Amino acid sequence: MASSRFIITVIGSDRVGIVARITSVMASFNVNIVDITQTIMQGIFTMIMLAEAPQENFDLAAFQEAMSVEGQSLGVEVKVQHEDAFRFMHRI
Amino acid sequence: MYINPNEILETIQMVRMEHLDIRTVTMGISLRDCSHPDIEVFNENIYEKITTRAKELVRTTNEIQSLYGIPIINKRISVTPIAVAAESCRSPDFVSIAKTMDEAAKDSQVDFIGGFSALVHKGATIGDLKLINSIPEALESTEKVCSSVNVATTKTGINMDAVGLMGGIIKKTADLTADRDGIGCAKLVTFANAPEDNPFMAGAFHGIGEPECVINVGVSGPGVVNAAICELENPNLTEISETIKKTAFKITRMGEMVGREVSRRLGVEFGILDLSLAPTPVIGDSVAAILEAMGLERCGAHGTTAALALLNDAVKKGGAMASSSVGGLSGAFIPVSEDAGMIEAVRAGALSLEKLEAMTSVCSVGLDMIAVPGDTPASTLSAIIADEMAIGVINRKTTAVRIIPAPGKEVGDSVEFGGLLGNAPIMPVSNFSSETFVKRGGRIPAPIQSLTN
Repeated sequence: MASSRFIITVIGSDRVGIVARITSVMASFNVNIVDITQTIMQGIFTMIMLAEAPQENFDLAAFQEAMSVEGQSLGVEVKVQHEDAFRFMHRI
Repeated sequence: MYINPNEILETIQMVRMEHLDIRTVTMGISLRDCSHPDIEVFNENIYEKITTRAKELVRTTNEIQSLYGIPIINKRISVTPIAVAAESCRSPDFVSIAKTMDEAAKDSQVDFIGGFSALVHKGATIGDLKLINSIPEALESTEKVCSSVNVATTKTGINMDAVGLMGGIIKKTADLTADRDGIGCAKLVTFANAPEDNPFMAGAFHGIGEPECVINVGVSGPGVVNAAICELENPNLTEISETIKKTAFKITRMGEMVGREVSRRLGVEFGILDLSLAPTPVIGDSVAAILEAMGLERCGAHGTTAALALLNDAVKKGGAMASSSVGGLSGAFIPVSEDAGMIEAVRAGALSLEKLEAMTSVCSVGLDMIAVPGDTPASTLSAIIADEMAIGVINRKTTAVRIIPAPGKEVGDSVEFGGLLGNAPIMPVSNFSSETFVKRGGRIPAPIQSLTN
C-alpha cells in the first residue's frame, strides 16, 4: 500500500449540514480533502471525496467508526475505503 | 490518476446490492516437517505449526476487509494431506489428528480447516487406508475439519477400489451425523484431478507441490454477474458473454488486490486467485439465476448446459486477463443446497441429478451438495462417484462429488444445514442396482488422453 489516500462516500437523503458535519469529523482526525464532488442523483444525496490521511499516528478503525457514527446521526451511509479498492478494480 | 465517480458508485453498488465479496482467504500450511511415529508427538507438532503460522491470519484479514470495505466472508486453513504427513504414525486410526486440527482451527479463529485428505488415484498406502477409514468418526467428532479423497486422475485412471470404499464411508458418515441430517457428508468430497491449490472447502488441501506457507484467495460474485446481465437490453449471447467477461475481470481484480495485501502483511507468499462464482443461499447470489437471466425459464431446462458452458468460459477469460495467478478451480460452482435458484429448480421438478451430471462436464466442480434418500445403497453412491470421476478423467478437468444420503429422509423431504450450506430437497436416484459393477473393483485404466508426452 503506497499511499494513505481514501475514498469517502456519503449516500443518503439530503438535508442541511451533511458536508459541514462530515468534514468536521475528518478535520478532527487530521484528514485532508484532496478532491470533492457532490451531487443529487435521483433524489439521493451523493458525496464522494478523495481524502488523504496523515502518515503517522492515524487510527483507521477509529476514524471509520467516528465517520460511521456521524453518518448514522445524519441518516446517511458513510464509507471510508482505501483508494486502491477502486483503482484496482476498473483499471489494468 | 483521476478516479471516476461512476466507477466508485459501481463498486459500492456491487458490494451493497449484488453481494460482491471475497469468499475466502485461505492459508495453506505444509505439515511435512511434522511427521513423527508417535501420534501424540505428531499432534503436538501440527498444532504448534498451524497455530503459529495462522496466528495473525484472521486479524490481518479483518483489517484488510475494513481498509477496502470489501467483505471477506471466510478465513480458512488448508494443510498437507494428512495421509501423507501422518504416514509414519504407528496408530490404528487418525481420528485424534482430526480433533487436533479442529482445536488448532478454533484457536486460530478460522472458519474451516481442510486437508484431512488422501490421494489414492493409483493406489492406497497403509496410511491412506487408515485415513479413509477414520473419516466418518473424524467428521462426526469435529466441527471445522473438512475431508477429501482424490480417487482418479486423467494420468492414472479411476481407482475403483477406492470409489467402492467411498460409497460406504459416505453412508457411515451420514449415519454418524444422522441427528444433524447427515451434515458430516457436507464436509467430505471425492475428487478426480483434485487441484493442489484450491481454497474452497470441503476440497481444500495444501498440495505436495506447494511451498511452505501460502495465501490463496477465492472470490465470488454471482450476484454481480447476474445484475450485469439483467441490465442489458435484449442482448444476444455474444453480448452476454462479453458482459460476463468484463464483470469477471473486475471481480478478479478485487480478489488479487486483497490477496496480495494479505500476503504482504503476513510475509507469506501469494499463491493463487480462484475466480469461481460460488453462490450462497441468499436470494440474488445465485448461479442458477444467471442461467435463467440468459433466457431459460428454469435452470435445468434444455439449454442449461450450453448456458453454463458460456458462463464458465467467459468467467475464465475475464479472470485470466485480470490476474496472472489464476488457479484452483476457477469457474462456476453449481451446489444445489447453497444456491437459492438451484433449490427452486429442484423443487419445481426442472432440475434432476442426470441434468446436473451433464452440467458438471462444463462447470468447475461437479455434483455438489446434493441430498439423496437415506436408504440409497452404498454401491449406488459409489456408482454416482464413478460416473462423475469418468467425466473428469476423460475431459481432463476437475470433478468432484459431495453427496448426502440424508438419514431417514426420502424424496419430497428436505434437509436443513443452515448458514452457507443452506438446505436441499431430497433428489431421486436410480433404483436399479450398480452393485456388481462397483464390487468388481480394480482400476479403470487411464484414457488415451493421458498419453500427452
